[in-house]
Amino acid sequence: MLTKKQYDVVVIGSGPGGLAAAIEAKKGGADDVLVIERDVELGGILLQCIHNGFGLQTFKEDLPGPEYAQRYINEAKTLGITFLMDTMVMDVTSQRKLYLTSRDLGYIEVDAHAIVLAMGCRERTRAQVRIPGYRPNGVFTAGTAQRWVNVEGYMPGNNFVILGSGDIGMIMARRLTFEGAHVERVLEIQSYLSGLSRNYVQCLDDWGIPLQLQYTVKKIIGKNRVEAIEAVAVDDKWNFIPGSEEIIPCDTLLLSVGLIPENELSKKAGVLLDPVTGGPYVDEHFQTSVPGIFAAGNVVHVYDLVDYVSMAGSEAGRSAAEFALAEKERSARYIPLVPGKNVRYIVPHKLDKQALENGDISLQMRVTKPIEEDVWLEVHGEENSIVRRSERYVRPGEMVTIVLKPKMAAEVEKAGRLTVDIYPKSEA
Amino acid sequence: MEEKNFICTACPMGCKLIVRMEGDEVVKILGQRCRRGETYGRQEAIAPQRMVASTVRVVGGLHPLLPVYTKGTIPKRRIGDVLAAIRAVEVKAPVKATQVIIPNVIGTGVDVIASRDMPEK
Repeated sequence: MLTKKQYDVVVIGSGPGGLAAAIEAKKGGADDVLVIERDVELGGILLQCIHNGFGLQTFKEDLPGPEYAQRYINEAKTLGITFLMDTMVMDVTSQRKLYLTSRDLGYIEVDAHAIVLAMGCRERTRAQVRIPGYRPNGVFTAGTAQRWVNVEGYMPGNNFVILGSGDIGMIMARRLTFEGAHVERVLEIQSYLSGLSRNYVQCLDDWGIPLQLQYTVKKIIGKNRVEAIEAVAVDDKWNFIPGSEEIIPCDTLLLSVGLIPENELSKKAGVLLDPVTGGPYVDEHFQTSVPGIFAAGNVVHVYDLVDYVSMAGSEAGRSAAEFALAEKERSARYIPLVPGKNVRYIVPHKLDKQALENGDISLQMRVTKPIEEDVWLEVHGEENSIVRRSERYVRPGEMVTIVLKPKMAAEVEKAGRLTVDIYPKSEA
Repeated sequence: MEEKNFICTACPMGCKLIVRMEGDEVVKILGQRCRRGETYGRQEAIAPQRMVASTVRVVGGLHPLLPVYTKGTIPKRRIGDVLAAIRAVEVKAPVKATQVIIPNVIGTGVDVIASRDMPEK
C-alpha cells in the first residue's frame, strides 16, 4: 500500500538500470524512494536471459541474468525502498508529477522531487524492417520467443530461421537447439556480425548453425502459419542481388534486428531526444534536458553489457538523490497562498519565506462576490494573524492588493500556509 | 607444428587466439589480452569446456519454469547429457537462488544450481 503522495526519487522500471538507480538514490540520502514496475516481479528482461555471461565486471563472476538481477533485488529489498508492482505509468510531467494505474491500487497520482527514467528498450518488429509477404502465425521477435521458452514454458515452433545476428538472436539459436528445435540458419543483412563474437562461437559455431552474412528475408511464405521464407543476398547498399534467392522451409521466423530505447514517457515529460540514439540527451550525471529528470540504461542508448547499465543506473540514482535533497530543501521554504472567504484566487500561488527579507511582496487577488460596505482584508497563518487592512468595498471587477512587508517576516515564518479572507466589518 | 584459431569466450572482448600445438601439447598461445584468455585457449585446444544454462519444471511456482545453470564449466561433449539430466528434474516452489538442484550432475563434479528465487504462486 502506498502511504505517501510525495517521494524524493521515483524510478520508473526495475531492470538493472532502475534497480541500481534506486539503490544508489537510497544510499545517497534520499529517504523516500519509489520503484514503479509494470511486471509482477522485479528484474526486468534479465529474468528471461537465463544464459550466463553477466556480472564479469561487477561481481567478477560469470552469472546468468536472473542471478545478476537477484543480487540487486536482494540488496534493494534490505534498504527500505518502496516497490509498486503491476503498475503502469500513464503520464509524467516536466513538473515531476506521475499518473499511474495499478492493479491493486487503481488510479494514483504521485509527486517526485527527482525522477529516474529506466524503461529500457524494446525490440524492433517485423513492421519496422518491412518484410513483404503474408502475415502468418510464426513470426516473432527473438525476445518474445525467449520469454516463452525460458519463463512461460512454450515452444514457438520446431524449425527456425533467425533474421539478424544480434546477441538475443544467437543466444536463442542455441537455446532452441537445447530444447530440441532445429535452427536452419541465421541471416545477417550487414557484412559483419551485429552481436558479440563470443556468442557466435558458443551459440552458432558450437552447434553447427550456419550464419550467412549479407543475406536477408525477401518474403515470408505461408498463409496461416509460416511455411518457408525466401532468403536473398544483398549488396553493400542492401539491394537484393537477383538470382540469389533461396526458399528455406521453416515454421518460425525469429527477428533479432535491433533494439530501440523506449521513450514514450520521456516525450510526455518534454525530455529532448537524440535522433541518433533514440534516447534522451543527457549530461555527465545522466540528467536529461528537463531538470530533475534523469535517465539510465538502455532507455538512453542500447548497451551490450549489463554491467555498464548498472554503472549508469548508479550514477543516475546518486545524482537524482542529490537533486531531490536540494529540491526538497528549496520547496520546504515555500508556503502556499490559499484563497479563503470571498477570495477567488491569489497571485502568487506560493511564496519563498526567505524572499520577504529582500523587500515587499504584493499579493494580488480578486473577490468572488461584491461587498458594498466596509470590509476587512486579512492575511493569516494557521494560528496567527499577519496583516489586516480595510477597504470601503470590494468588487470582482476591481483587483485587490495586500502588501506583505519585511517586518512581518517573523510571523510569516511561523505559518505553514497563508490564507486571505475578505469579509464585511459588520461580521467581524 | 599445428596452429588452432579460437575466439575467446571468457569475456565479451572476444580476443582472437592462436594456439600452437606440438601433437597434444600446447606450446604457445598468442592474441590473449589477459590470463583468462590463456586458460581458455589452452583448455579449448585440449578439451573444450562450457557452462550450461537451461530450465527445470517447477510445481506451484510463480512461473512454470525455474532457470538453472552449471556452477562451473563441464566438458563441451557432455552438454547433451547434462541437458537430459536437467530435463528429467522437477522441483517444488519455493526455491532460493543458488540452491543446488542437481548435485554433481552426471558425475562431472559440477552442481546445477537455481539462477533465481522462485516464490510460490
